Amino acid sequence: MSAPVLSACVDGVGLLGPGMNSWTEAVHVLAGEVPWVSAPTVLPAPQCLPAAERRRTGPSVKLTLATGLEATRHAGAEPALLPAVFTSSGGDGQNCHEICAALATAERQISPTRFHNSVHNAAAGYWGIATHATPASTALCAHDASFGAGLLEALTQVVAERTAVLLLAYDSAYPEPINGVRSIPDAFGVALVLAPAPGPATRARIEAHLSDAAADTMPGALEGLRRAIPAARCLPLLARLAGAHGGRVVLEYLPHVRLALTVTRCR
Amino acid sequence: MRPLLLSAFTATSCLGRGLTPTLAALRAERSGLAPCAFETVRLDTCVGEVAGVDDTVLPAGLDAFECRNNRLAWLGLSQDGMAEAVAQAARRYGPERLGVFLGTSTSGILESEIGYRQRDPVSGALPADFRYAGAHNTFSVAAFALRALQLAGPAVVISSACSSSGKAFASAQRAIAAGVIDAALVGGVDSLCLTTLYGFHSLQLVSAAPCRPFDLTRNGISIGEAAAFALLERAPEAPAEDAVLLLGYGESSDAYHMSSPHPQGRGAREAMQKALAAARLAPAAIDYINFHGTGTQSNDESEAYAVAAALGSRVPGSSTKGATGHTLGAAGALEAVICALALRGQFLPAGVNTTEVDPALEVNYQLRSRAAPLRHVMSNSFGFGGSNCSLIFGRPA
Repeated sequence: MSAPVLSACVDGVGLLGPGMNSWTEAVHVLAGEVPWVSAPTVLPAPQCLPAAERRRTGPSVKLTLATGLEATRHAGAEPALLPAVFTSSGGDGQNCHEICAALATAERQISPTRFHNSVHNAAAGYWGIATHATPASTALCAHDASFGAGLLEALTQVVAERTAVLLLAYDSAYPEPINGVRSIPDAFGVALVLAPAPGPATRARIEAHLSDAAADTMPGALEGLRRAIPAARCLPLLARLAGAHGGRVVLEYLPHVRLALTVTRCR
Repeated sequence: MRPLLLSAFTATSCLGRGLTPTLAALRAERSGLAPCAFETVRLDTCVGEVAGVDDTVLPAGLDAFECRNNRLAWLGLSQDGMAEAVAQAARRYGPERLGVFLGTSTSGILESEIGYRQRDPVSGALPADFRYAGAHNTFSVAAFALRALQLAGPAVVISSACSSSGKAFASAQRAIAAGVIDAALVGGVDSLCLTTLYGFHSLQLVSAAPCRPFDLTRNGISIGEAAAFALLERAPEAPAEDAVLLLGYGESSDAYHMSSPHPQGRGAREAMQKALAAARLAPAAIDYINFHGTGTQSNDESEAYAVAAALGSRVPGSSTKGATGHTLGAAGALEAVICALALRGQFLPAGVNTTEVDPALEVNYQLRSRAAPLRHVMSNSFGFGGSNCSLIFGRPA
């Protein structure tokens, strides 16, 4: 299978996950310089939201604000000016659980905040409120393929609209009983600033196409993380971005097709 | 942007299955809203329920996708030769060159709501036949469409609340422009569930009577359900005279509030202006606008400001949600198909239920369906989280 190549520059990365408190910290782990030590994901309180909004936010908002702001900081980009692609396999699982549980009672009372936080684009909405970003934002889902679908949409925007784009992929755990049918062990978020042309912050150039090739895996314990959380399917790409030499990498996407990328390091 | 051809399209809503009853209802100014008798819901409201959804039989071997949302999707794909048109396009371009871009807000969440009533009293576990990937997950309708139509290209669900399926057209256009695919099945499917009925009720945004957008006495939405689809392909050099083309889209974010629109419609105005720029059209070129027009005080007021700023107050417009209800994640696609019917039939659909247009809203609101020469029409879709999308459709030059 061959398809046209979509190319973009990676200008900034943000990362938050188990044993990974930021891209700056995790880059040494992903480059293979230091071992990964698994530890529960630490979600920072989003200081950039007004107090009233901050109290209402779940892990999706915390993940996307932390990773989105880290990625735009590394890229030297103004968050308010970037179109954004949000992608998640499940959104805010705790909020979803609370609504389903309330609807199973005789009263069926759900709070207005619970309800507006239930939309799949809740994180995108809070991102706009926090950063004053008025360009287009979208909110995608493709189950286990959500990272690949988000990357494809972001690359397509870079190519078709000649614009820089912020990609944010994130997942967090469901409580029981949904955890029993869809186990996501912890929160994980990644953000990439993708740009049509190289700039002073450009870390690498990527060229992507749909492919039949087998998806790459991660060495050691990181493979467990890659498989356990849909957003962590990005890890083979992050390892190429962290390493000195770039190279070819195949990312898991839909059951019938994958995304092959060539990563060329710029600095 | 380069125009795309809607080479096939269809809609199923409370107005009926497929284009023929939909067109007849729009011309006859008929509403499909009726007092809510859905499931175990006890709310004083009207809904746009599609008759016979749960009698729909999914294709063999796809039991893993059983849920009201996918039954509605299949009911919709089975009208107007839609599934056959997709199959033909897949043969023409190759199944890996046809993408799937569908919008939904609540997917098969109804199954989870019912499953939570049936939890094991000791362990709390969901019933053994609970289907997460095929029903609950937001992607389930696209996963179902891939399997049911035997496609092998990229697929995604856009879930940005009530702008979801409008934005599906924008994503598909970009993917075709970038050469990732040659054709796209776009659409929206959203089905009635308790989350939205009780959720909008908690926000006090649900009307007891059938919704009456832009009316002086409007007091909320009526929730509906729908499955609407279009097949998008690159437009030929000389399209047929009655061809319907996607000419432009515009998207923006309010960055204002999670559930209230910007009071002056800042983001809505920007979406319309971007769509005009993409279509290379002047505001005066728009002959009809299908408003988002939910029937809440704040939406209609904010949208009226935005339309006046982007297009002026003279453009004829209506909200067809008085006829169909607010079909949420399916509204963008449903109203795109209504725009396509208006272009093909050269008529303006009325905003039914509305009797006295709010004089504070500077809009040229159409209370009657009537014949009119239409060249370019616009459709607005705005969602929670401040997500805005405007689409422009037209006939060939």
